[in-house]
Amino acid sequence: MQDLFFYLFAFLTLLCAFLVVANPFSRDPVTSAMFLVLTIVSMAGLFVLLHAFFLAAVQILVYAGAVMVLFLFVIMLLDLKEEQRRRFNGFGVVTGVISIAAIAAIFVKAIFESPAPGGDATPTLEGATKPLGRMLFNDYVLPFEILSVLLLVAMVGVILLSKKDLK
Amino acid sequence: MDWNFIFFSAVKIVCVIGAVLTMFAYSVLAERKISAFIQDRVGPNRAALPLIGSVPVVGRFLTRLGFWQPVADGLKAILKEDFTPSYVRKVYFWLAPAIALIPSFLTVAVIPFGSTLGNPNNKMVIADLDVGILYTFGIVSLGVYGIVLAGYAANSKYPFLGGIRSSAQMISYEIAMGMSVVPLFLIAGNLNLGKLIEYQAHHGWLICYAPVSFFIFLVSAFAETNRLPFDLPECETELVAGYNTEYSSMKFALFFMGEYANMIAASSMMVVLFFGGWTFPGLTTPADALATGLLHIGIFIGKMLLLMLVFIWVRWMLPRFRYDQLMDLGWRRFIPLALANILVCATWLWWTMK
Repeated sequence: MQDLFFYLFAFLTLLCAFLVVANPFSRDPVTSAMFLVLTIVSMAGLFVLLHAFFLAAVQILVYAGAVMVLFLFVIMLLDLKEEQRRRFNGFGVVTGVISIAAIAAIFVKAIFESPAPGGDATPTLEGATKPLGRMLFNDYVLPFEILSVLLLVAMVGVILLSKKDLK
Repeated sequence: MDWNFIFFSAVKIVCVIGAVLTMFAYSVLAERKISAFIQDRVGPNRAALPLIGSVPVVGRFLTRLGFWQPVADGLKAILKEDFTPSYVRKVYFWLAPAIALIPSFLTVAVIPFGSTLGNPNNKMVIADLDVGILYTFGIVSLGVYGIVLAGYAANSKYPFLGGIRSSAQMISYEIAMGMSVVPLFLIAGNLNLGKLIEYQAHHGWLICYAPVSFFIFLVSAFAETNRLPFDLPECETELVAGYNTEYSSMKFALFFMGEYANMIAASSMMVVLFFGGWTFPGLTTPADALATGLLHIGIFIGKMLLLMLVFIWVRWMLPRFRYDQLMDLGWRRFIPLALANILVCATWLWWTMK
């Protein structure tokens, strides 16, 4: 039963992610954004199968519910016709291949270095809200705070850019 | 797999959806009757079924009450021509009403609407999740897609503006709403809604501990359900009904149903969070008999209907906000207030724990 759901959600994630970047039926950016929402929701399904309910809920709440709505907001305010006509971008392809290669290298390294799954592969983080909070605010408090400062910097930067008359 | 569990879950799902649909129909009637009362009119008093309408006292009374009006409204919505304008984006035009309706039904799944019924293991909640409240917020935040896509699909200016407005409005108030409930979970120490009710059964309703939270949650709920002081996505005077301008017959009715189902979900959420769910002073232990179990469900529904009345009452008493006032209220008033509320509550808890 678990396996069936895993394959279902994994297939959905990959299919929707593919349709985000290369949809044969439509070049509409809004359609791409909606498939990205579906990708995020199916990934939340994978988190649920790993018993990471908190992560699944936050994934939907933050990414599907807030970030993607802002994406849609921006896409709708831009000129859509120009985006639909655009064909190929050499620079984009090169940088895309380089970043994919880098990410793939990290994944391969991580997979080979992780210990092989033993006989007992059941997840240990049942209802992971408390252990996750403990870990974030004890062991990983410095990276957590640095990340929040990074977000703050980005926010201040955006406010600065959006001000029309700089003194 | 436990077949007993599947069977009882299925029964609960069917009952809850049936109850929500019935409440939808009669809350529309209540809205019309109460607005009539407030504006010194009579309201719907003509719709009658052929045989029952002519029963001496009861029939006349039900007709005067408008009891059959929802039947007439429903028939009208189904039988009207379903017109699709030629310039709309067809796929999204058909999808949008469904996307608007589904999230409001999904939120009801985690709400504990009673203690137990018959067997003590038979909890009156469809899905007893440990992250209950986060699930609710996640699903509620998906509700905005229905309106945004409806605005986009219509491919004309007023619906589009309505869609854009709704996306900005709903995201803004989600933040205030999410932060307003943090103190509750600091006090109770658990995200599970069932445990929250248990806490309230022993220590009193949470509205006594966190009235500011309730105030912020209530106002944000008006904004999230697009109800009147904040119904800017469908503001008639500026946007000729906004995102649902191009919709007719049953598709329009689905948007309407979504709005009322959202109201029902928001009211039941408030009952669970602030008013002790199915508990009542003197009735705090989970039911061991069938009758007390039913009584608890009755108490829950009673509290919820009172909050629905507040929703309806506010709609007909307050004028609409202007769009910049709405944003100002959300970002510059409620978010700082909610943050201060969290800080005060956390400090107080830290102080009293020592």
